[in-house]
Amino acid sequence: MKRTAVWAGALALAISGVGSAQAQSTFDAVKSKGFVQCGVNTGLAGFSQPDSRGVWKGLDVDTCRAVAAAMFGDATKVRYTPLTAQQRFTALQSGEVDMLARNTTWTITRDTSLGLNFAGVSYYDGQGFMVPKKLGVKSAKQLGGATICVQPGTTTELNLADYFRANAMTFRPVVIEKLEEINNAYFSGRCDVLTTDVSGLVSVRGSRAPNPADHVILPEVISKEPLGPVVRHGDDRWFDVVKWSLNAMIEAEELGLTSKNIDQQASSTNPSIQRFVGATGDIGKMLAIDNRWAYNIVKQVGNYGESFEANLKPLGFERGVNELWTKGGILYAPPLR
Amino acid sequence: MAGETRPGVGAAPERRSPWSLNHPRVRAVVYQVALVAAVVFAVWYFASNTAHNLEVRKIASGFGFLEREAGFEIGESPFIAYGAADKYRTAIVVGLLNTFRVALIGVVLATLIGTVIGLARLSHNWLISKIASGYIEAMRNVPLLVQLFFWYAIISENLPGPREALNPLPDVYLSNRGIVFPVFASHPVHVWLGVALLAGIALCWLLARWASARQARTGQPFPVFFVGAALILGLPLVVFVAAGAPTALNRPALSGFNYTGGGVLTPEFAALLAGLTLYTAAFIAEIVRAGVLAVDRGQFEAGAALGLRPRRAMRLVILPQALRVIVPPLTSQYLNLTKNSSLAVAIGYPDLVSIANTTMNQTGQAIEAVAIIMTVYLTISLSISAIMNWYNRTIALRGARR
Repeated sequence: MKRTAVWAGALALAISGVGSAQAQSTFDAVKSKGFVQCGVNTGLAGFSQPDSRGVWKGLDVDTCRAVAAAMFGDATKVRYTPLTAQQRFTALQSGEVDMLARNTTWTITRDTSLGLNFAGVSYYDGQGFMVPKKLGVKSAKQLGGATICVQPGTTTELNLADYFRANAMTFRPVVIEKLEEINNAYFSGRCDVLTTDVSGLVSVRGSRAPNPADHVILPEVISKEPLGPVVRHGDDRWFDVVKWSLNAMIEAEELGLTSKNIDQQASSTNPSIQRFVGATGDIGKMLAIDNRWAYNIVKQVGNYGESFEANLKPLGFERGVNELWTKGGILYAPPLR
Repeated sequence: MAGETRPGVGAAPERRSPWSLNHPRVRAVVYQVALVAAVVFAVWYFASNTAHNLEVRKIASGFGFLEREAGFEIGESPFIAYGAADKYRTAIVVGLLNTFRVALIGVVLATLIGTVIGLARLSHNWLISKIASGYIEAMRNVPLLVQLFFWYAIISENLPGPREALNPLPDVYLSNRGIVFPVFASHPVHVWLGVALLAGIALCWLLARWASARQARTGQPFPVFFVGAALILGLPLVVFVAAGAPTALNRPALSGFNYTGGGVLTPEFAALLAGLTLYTAAFIAEIVRAGVLAVDRGQFEAGAALGLRPRRAMRLVILPQALRVIVPPLTSQYLNLTKNSSLAVAIGYPDLVSIANTTMNQTGQAIEAVAIIMTVYLTISLSISAIMNWYNRTIALRGARR
């Protein structure tokens, strides 16, 4: 009888201890963790790459730091998870990272059936081709029959197949997962052509080519690749924080606020600037974060233009369409009010 | 205490309740029910939790994605024609055929090379046996992935580009795109050649059965090997000549970036095959050596005492006994080779895992893609095990079966 009682008690305890697994919302989880877990590229110069001392630098890295500055007032409260193109979505879907800032293209399939939400565009890009100059190729339409290096699980792979089908040409793909290995394959001559976003091509040519002048990026840009940060479905509050952190960086450049002058501009009488730095209004409360969130972002990370100058200009990037709408580009942040 | 009877010494105690846990049969039933309930509960819990989480995050599920257009190209598809407009289903089948291709050729080559090296290590020649053991130690102790990268780097970085390709034989070109060689132009007689080859193999097998039955009856040996070889090679040859001996070749020619036409052996396939074969051959060499050493010294002497020539003694006495020790570990090496072929994703060979990974990325359906990979590998491994176990039973000692 005592044994039966012990059994019954253990069983009851086991059943009551098992509730349905309700995930905590990401916003609350990040707040209680005290840092943001950010998924970034394994090493793409200008976007997310560790420097010689192991400190991560790049445009995507700055997006992560901006979110941390908004959440905690401290841009150093980020931890980075390097992810290959094949691992990135599973890592985000499963909760291994809180957000993805990994030069990921915004497409409808990813927005819907992968269960993700794109929190804006941090870099408007397109897909291009890079060939060695000695092949004498002047246009992408002359690439019929070529061997092309491409990473698997990317929109690059799909656009490439579509472009060659549309132009009635064939090609042979060499598909390798790791970015380092696919770059090696191109520079060792295994493939004739390297294809990825033009930003990736410029970055690889600037950082990895033995002689950058030997490689030419063909003029054709065959697709739209809006790159931006990504979060999971069902996390509206976190989605808002990430989205508006990016918008704050762009809005700061439009208002003329930089990390250097924000302290003295904070006492400006311009109502937009006052709202931005949190002197008036309670936008911070609407996002459930500190009211000086935007001030922290600009002071610790900088505005969009500063991030671009520091990370991408040295590699030979031009602003191009990634300029403010007031200066001829298409970067347009919704108003912060 | 009037009217009460006490049970006698040695009698069984009365059962107080038929459902008490003190009764062994009741206990057994209760444990069984509890275990089954726990297993069913665990499975139901994981399945419903997963489904709930997928639903909350609006991640697609189900196998409907197999009917969608794939949209990506595959580098090598030697058996079926594949284009980016085909379905995901077809892409996964292409990956499966690529895996089979490398696994089958790898298994055959690894067995041949492994047997040779294993017997070399047993040789009385000191130099040969030391070279063999050096090879075995080197190959076994370096991780397979590192070996694959090594072969891939050697092949793709040390060969010239296609425009400066080496030309060792007429129409054979060696470059960092692979080896291209001429093949026979497709001709309707090729189907008949295949049929003739299969017919030759079947006839050879029947001949062997008839010859051994005849030898059991009358004691006369029959040269099965030579007649069988004549059948297997001769029948297709006859068909070939009868069809007018078509020798039109499909020659490779440099056009634009690459060679078109002819057959090609890509660096990815070559590196994967070389790495897998040489790695597994080292293990198989040790297994073969163990098998031959396991046969009693006395068996060699007994064979000689019976008047059998050394080669016949090896074939009729030693090898059957050695095979009994060799076949079970050999099965696990074959399974290892098949599963290790999934490392192809690191060097760009489009095998099943590589294509299923790409599918998983493009559709976001990780669970279904991984389930497909697991099911396929499980089926392949179970088939290999079943075949080898059947073979093992046929060479077992009669009466030694448990």
